Amino acid sequence: MALSLTYDFEQKQDVLLVRLTGELDHHEAEQLKNDWQSYLQNGMTKHVVVNLENLYFMDSSGLGVFLGRYKEVKEIGGEMVICSINYDVQRLFELSGLFKIIDAVENEAAALARLGVAL
Amino acid sequence: MSNFMKVEFAAKSENESFARTTVAAFIAQLDPTVEELTEIKTVVSEAVTNAIIHGYEENEKGTVLIECELKDDNISLTIRDFGNGIEDVDEAIQPMYTSKPELERSGMGFTIMENFMDHFEIESIPNHGTTVTLRKKFLNNQSAYN
Repeated sequence: MALSLTYDFEQKQDVLLVRLTGELDHHEAEQLKNDWQSYLQNGMTKHVVVNLENLYFMDSSGLGVFLGRYKEVKEIGGEMVICSINYDVQRLFELSGLFKIIDAVENEAAALARLGVAL
Repeated sequence: MSNFMKVEFAAKSENESFARTTVAAFIAQLDPTVEELTEIKTVVSEAVTNAIIHGYEENEKGTVLIECELKDDNISLTIRDFGNGIEDVDEAIQPMYTSKPELERSGMGFTIMENFMDHFEIESIPNHGTTVTLRKKFLNNQSAYN
């Protein structure tokens, strides 16, 4: 059965870059959470950039995953920045108030620059 | 125009995407906007996820029943489970409320349903199940009927 969500992680200095592709729902949330947590615990990560450019669908299960990782990033003294968010996902972020705690910028380069990564 | 469909499936998380995709395919005949289609997919996903996580506590022997009725520009959706039911519906629909914080739930499911639809109603009987009824009028396709 085809996976409805794929993702990759890339380490850029102390920033973990997460790129999500596809659909993020309850079915996909647990695996993403586990994989993401293992990167947060690798000792190299302080900040996180999440690229949502290719996330075509998300429901409140996704909000739970982002909120959970936001708390973990805060615990290690870092920041979480979202980039390339599309209109549909943006609506859910607005509705849930997540933009009050997580900054959104236009693209990956802007997000990395915000967190002090030299490109 | 009027049309109707009914689908019942196992309460497995793999079926969350099946459920929203199926409803989206059925309502495509109303020629919804991309935004309306996303709203419907999202609320179906929320209600089915609730049935699986809360109604059945991930016991995959349960089933979820979706009925969808189209009448002119109006869609009526009911999503029903035969599981635990909700003791206190008023508490459950509060934004950010979750009965399962350990599962990293955002508590936004009912808030999203209320926001994305015109009408939202829950009927729940403890130990018998929960029925969520959602209605919406599509606005974009007036020209097809005028």
